[in-house]
Amino acid sequence: MIDQLNISENNFEQCIKCTVCTVYCPVTAVNPLYPGPKQAGPDGERYRLKHRDFYNEALKYCLNCKRCEVACPSGVRISDIILSARNRYSRGSAGLRDRMLAHTDMMGGLATRLSPTVNGLLRLKPVKLAMDLTLGIDRRRTFPAYTPRKFTTWYRRHAAERQERFANQVTYFHGCYVNYNFPRLGKDLVKVMNAIGWGVQLMKDEKCCGVARIANRLIKQATDAAKVNLREIGAQVEAGRDVIATSSTCVMTMRDEYPHVLGLDNAGVRDHIMTATRFLYNLVESGRVKLAFKPDYRLHAAYHTPCHLVRLGWGIYSTELLKMIPGLQLTILDYNCCGIAGTYGFKKENYAYSQAIGKQLFDSIAEAAPDIVATDCETCKWQIEMSTGLKVANPISIIADALDVEATRQLNNV
Amino acid sequence: MLTKGKEYDVIIIGGGATGAGTARDCALRGLSVLLVERYDFTAGATGRNHGLLHSGARYAVTDRESATECIKENMILRRVARHCVEETGGLFITLPEDDLGYQKLFVESCEAAGIRAEVIDPELARRLEPSVNPTLTGAVKVPDGAIDPFRLTTANVVDATMHGADVLTYHEVTGLIRNGDRIQGVCLTDVRTGARSEARGRLVINAGGIWGAGIAAKAGVTVNMFPAKGSLLIFGHRINNLVINRCRKPANADILVPGDTICLIGTTSDRVPYDQIDHMTVTPEEVDILMSEGAKLAPSLAHTRILRAYAGVRPLVTSDDDPSGRSISRGIVCLDHATRDGLEGFITITGGKLMTYRLMAEWATDLAMRKLGESDPGCVTADKPLPGSEPAEVKKEKKRLKGWNRRKSHVIELSTEQLAAEGRHGTMSRKIDTRDAASEALVCECEQVSVGEVNYAIDELHVHNLLNLRRRTRLGMGTCQGQLCACRGAGLLAKAGACADAALADLGWFINERWKGMSPVAWGETIKEVQLMSWLYEGVGGLTEGRRQKMDAMADKGEQDAEPAAKTEEKE
Repeated sequence: MIDQLNISENNFEQCIKCTVCTVYCPVTAVNPLYPGPKQAGPDGERYRLKHRDFYNEALKYCLNCKRCEVACPSGVRISDIILSARNRYSRGSAGLRDRMLAHTDMMGGLATRLSPTVNGLLRLKPVKLAMDLTLGIDRRRTFPAYTPRKFTTWYRRHAAERQERFANQVTYFHGCYVNYNFPRLGKDLVKVMNAIGWGVQLMKDEKCCGVARIANRLIKQATDAAKVNLREIGAQVEAGRDVIATSSTCVMTMRDEYPHVLGLDNAGVRDHIMTATRFLYNLVESGRVKLAFKPDYRLHAAYHTPCHLVRLGWGIYSTELLKMIPGLQLTILDYNCCGIAGTYGFKKENYAYSQAIGKQLFDSIAEAAPDIVATDCETCKWQIEMSTGLKVANPISIIADALDVEATRQLNNV
Repeated sequence: MLTKGKEYDVIIIGGGATGAGTARDCALRGLSVLLVERYDFTAGATGRNHGLLHSGARYAVTDRESATECIKENMILRRVARHCVEETGGLFITLPEDDLGYQKLFVESCEAAGIRAEVIDPELARRLEPSVNPTLTGAVKVPDGAIDPFRLTTANVVDATMHGADVLTYHEVTGLIRNGDRIQGVCLTDVRTGARSEARGRLVINAGGIWGAGIAAKAGVTVNMFPAKGSLLIFGHRINNLVINRCRKPANADILVPGDTICLIGTTSDRVPYDQIDHMTVTPEEVDILMSEGAKLAPSLAHTRILRAYAGVRPLVTSDDDPSGRSISRGIVCLDHATRDGLEGFITITGGKLMTYRLMAEWATDLAMRKLGESDPGCVTADKPLPGSEPAEVKKEKKRLKGWNRRKSHVIELSTEQLAAEGRHGTMSRKIDTRDAASEALVCECEQVSVGEVNYAIDELHVHNLLNLRRRTRLGMGTCQGQLCACRGAGLLAKAGACADAALADLGWFINERWKGMSPVAWGETIKEVQLMSWLYEGVGGLTEGRRQKMDAMADKGEQDAEPAAKTEEKE
């Protein structure tokens, strides 16, 4: 409806200047150099339409958390306006560092082959110092470790064949993190889905969703990848399969940024792209599947809603699923941004802001004192693990841990 | 200020572009000058038009003389009023329902008038101006542009005062001092306080625009004016970067001009009775015409947010030898009432257009020099840049850091508000305080007006209230129409000397004035904006009915400006 009434690109003219976006902006609160979402977005857009010189490089401080868009009562896609402006008006091309950070799939592909060496190197202080000084990647940042065996390799060798046994099939968009860093999460998803009688398929060709490329002004590369993904997702949808992902950001990007920032039409497939927790919750809620959990399972988890999951409005599926686990004590944390925002927090110039933004969240986690933090976003995971010392897990992994697989299979006649 | 007991060489009545331009020209030629204005600069027709830097093409077919004047002045203003002009270029488009044959006549007429008119392929027109109606069948490129009448007038006033002119705003000429068949000065009433005073001058120049007829009447002479109302709509952002005109005989709503952050469509043209010129309102029918005709120029106008509607009155004059009013001219009329009516010491300069204000000033000043018998050093306004438009002393200091430095650097460029202020004040923007965060803080967020810029305007640009401030800086002219900035501006004015009660009354009055312009187009986002403004000021801020009564009472006592803009609408 709101799109039909759209009167300007990303609705910037619908802004009635109430400024509530700026109130909710985590960057504005810690960084006086950032003009705030209203100024950077709809206000600035009027000037940029007059002349491109009015573009201000301070827009790069936007971390694209989309809290402004959630807050906006008028449906203005503020961070899409800011992202588009950065891509359209910022001069010069992205530097080496930004390119390296943004090409999560390419870097991952290289690193996994040499993962023990790379992981070891990335932990060394002199290496970190060198990256800080030469590339501008902050030396205080902890890198996620790369896996020696990619998720797709594991799937091909150990899982693909047995998926065919299941009558119901769903397609899994694993994303770069699961593939190159943390295959365990993908394995957990396969375990849970198989237990309830659903087979998990992968797309023939999966590219990075492109969120980091969009954020780093690599629009052509992002568009190329997005086109491949949309084509592949289209094939899955045609075969009657929904596409689920364990990364809330991948889902948000493919659903919303493809059309709004890259200008790609995804209307035919958009409703079939969703988070794994939403898919699973709907199966349970509709009575189509049942879950059985280990009776002796005990855990205190604090759930952090990633900003992009808030933008999707889907945090509730993750928390409701977690609440189904009888032995799980769940603390739902207040909605605060963790501050890392993907590649943003790795950049030297953003590190201090990144940590200042996350402080409220870290404090609330410390107050809740959980055994583990649960969240649907991998970069939130890195940030919270680094900043609080606690382990962070995706709700799917927690469910996989707590699940009584045999009992579940029997309940679902698998 | 008025120098007591001084006899001025010239007293100029009217603070529009013509009056300000005449004051500047006179001051530059060494005359002692007093400029008086009933309300504020640009309060009349100067502030209520398209802001179009005419190439003259529009008049080429129908009025060769005006067209020639326009293109000459167009080229002059590009040089001397650089900071008020945006060299956008313009298109004259032919639509399927128009006669493409007119284009040939149009181009020939332009060439005859000295206007460079280049026929271009419709496809090229669509690429040059993506918002243009894609069904166009023909396009001609002309040197149209945009001009900001507020800046233009202010710059003229600033230069006049720099050359010794005295300036009085909010002083109405209530009578002329007449001694036999000679005008020797003006009787003034301060419209804010009711205080009366007199100013004596060897020559009085009537530059009152449409109100000039009334001023002439006070001197006992007749100037026949035929007021023609023109209504315009302002849109929330620029949809076009080139001026778009229809290539046909001039008609309603056939010019779409990009001006600063907005664009505007106009105009209509209707004769109105002279006694109604202070009470212009835009009717729903006019809004409908402007919208439907405007959408033919650029279809996206139909769903672009409208900020406000306003109307101005053209000062059309019948030529002297035709008192019947049949031959109405848009040309310049410069009357020496000594030869015309036997009244010495009184000149009327009127007719013309915003585009020709400088030429009008030149004519009036030439006549004044002759009448005063002073040795005339000659007019320099065609070559001497206005304050703000001088060649920049230093090259634009916008830093362009590359690669490594750009990544390391935190504050990189001139801020948006500094750039915006530079756009508004040209080289004068160096006077704006940008030393600390407090002076760089934004007052008007939509139009990027900083505390420093507001203070500069208060100190140097004859600002007494929020309305003056708006005309000098664009404060309150943006999307929210003063919702965020009006109270901040009122606070700064109070700080600068006005008492709190007066600032509060001014605030209420300013908000009301904003609403007057929004009401004819109050739907969609605009009505939402108005509602939010009403909640903030009436609901949260307590600017209530009781307060309004108090304001009215103050207005009755003459403490409040009695400016008609409260009743009519004004550009932006």
